[in-house]
Amino acid sequence: MAKQEKEEDTRFSKFGTVSFTALTKTNDFIDYLEKGKLMGTRCKKCGQIFFPPRANCYSCFSSDMDWFEVSGKGRLLSHTKLEYAPVGFEDDLPYALALVDYGDYKVFGRLNKDIPGGEIKVGMEVAPQVVKLPKGHISYEFTKA
Amino acid sequence: MKKVGIIGVGQSAFVRGYPGAIRELAFDGFKEAMEDAKISVKDIDASLIASAPEYDKQRSPAGVIAEYLGLIPQPTCYIETVCSSSSMGLMVAYSMIQAGLYDVVAVVGFQKMSEISSMEVQERMGRGADIQWESPFGTMMPAYYAMYARAYMAGHGLTLDDLAKVRVKAATYGQINEKAVYRKAVKLEDFSDPESRLSGPIADPLRVGDCCANADGSSAIIVASEEKAKAVCEKPIWILGLGAASEAVNMAGRPDLTGGLRVGIEAGKKAFKMAGLTPKDIDVAEVHDCFTIAELMAYENLGFAKPGEGKELIQSKETYKEGSIPINVDGGLLSKGHPIGATGGSQVRTIVLQLRGEAGPMQVKDPAIGLVHNIGGVGLYGNVTILGR
Repeated sequence: MAKQEKEEDTRFSKFGTVSFTALTKTNDFIDYLEKGKLMGTRCKKCGQIFFPPRANCYSCFSSDMDWFEVSGKGRLLSHTKLEYAPVGFEDDLPYALALVDYGDYKVFGRLNKDIPGGEIKVGMEVAPQVVKLPKGHISYEFTKA
Repeated sequence: MKKVGIIGVGQSAFVRGYPGAIRELAFDGFKEAMEDAKISVKDIDASLIASAPEYDKQRSPAGVIAEYLGLIPQPTCYIETVCSSSSMGLMVAYSMIQAGLYDVVAVVGFQKMSEISSMEVQERMGRGADIQWESPFGTMMPAYYAMYARAYMAGHGLTLDDLAKVRVKAATYGQINEKAVYRKAVKLEDFSDPESRLSGPIADPLRVGDCCANADGSSAIIVASEEKAKAVCEKPIWILGLGAASEAVNMAGRPDLTGGLRVGIEAGKKAFKMAGLTPKDIDVAEVHDCFTIAELMAYENLGFAKPGEGKELIQSKETYKEGSIPINVDGGLLSKGHPIGATGGSQVRTIVLQLRGEAGPMQVKDPAIGLVHNIGGVGLYGNVTILGR
């Protein structure tokens, strides 16, 4: 009998500049990004909200999840601009990272490079946008709301 | 409950590019601890080997090191919570002895960060975070601590000078610690001098001078039951309190950054409760200053200062050797260097020597109670240990 090749779902290997994960049960996150949407998950059984998205709920042990969209304004909790980068990210330098508060959850990601340094303030309102990267990769960043 | 004591402490010099193998590096710290304890390897019932495995070419180093130190056929195993591995090793050793399984356990921490190339270190550093959801953005340890520093500047009025003052203090004592990798003096002005390497940007607001250096090093702690400690040791130092905690690996799962590291708060509370002591009872402390901001957060998280007021302790020099709560008067990680798996054991060694009155030029006046605060990752793990005479 011929050996059957099992096709692997490696969509997540496209996430960010360098992805370290290929196989995950949250692969649909990438499809949503390609549709321009940043998504988290919500447990269908107990309502617990997760960002980053999770396939499994630690509150009730359900694996039945809904996706919800992270959209609109969040508040910038902190940010930093990197002058050194890990291997694989050198071409992105300098780049900035941000942590954003949405009340029920927080989101970590890149901060848009085009915001003038003097305008970036902790507490300012920001909103997410999807960004297409070289080699078919995809990610998200925050920009001024 | 019976007591558990520390009967020997040792560490290698912390250096850049140790000229030997990991087993030889581990030997250096272990030899000093064994000569301090004045016992033989036959007296050690079990060993715990602490390090972060991603830096080693050797797979499963515990067995290799135990054999080299003469600790076979006694049991050994590997303990890992990254930068706090040897403090977690001390907690496990305490538990093994309290359970009555063993009388004497050796905790040996080591790290040879130069075992792999600096490019490889960089690559591993990038994976020291949530590799699925955060590393794809290009994260690094300094960037995470920079985000805590930024939040403190916005929320508590922390200044760049406050951060620099922590490094100036560290260098004050690094100069007189012969085991430290960084022995030079640091002036506040170095941080604004474009000619000084310390002023160079890393991840704003953190500069080169705000970051500790990678180093190669080893440490060892010999832990014993009350009977054994009293029988073989003139000045056993007793373990009064132990606390440990864990935290969300990703920043999105953290509480408000202006509160510092939750693992430090939780581990501290548990250690103080077990010891029946409060922060006011501590005479000397070692806190995890991998970055200048980390030391200021530790002041608050351990209760030496109120939330947001940690900066006042460094401004008033209360954490210098002559101050009300001397902290990191051995140079801390900032001057000693930070060989991941060896760091906690080195902190414990400093406090044990302080409590025995054997800390030489770094000696604080007659301390009775000391504390060690050791963090793993960016507040992913935390251990607090309280020791007394």
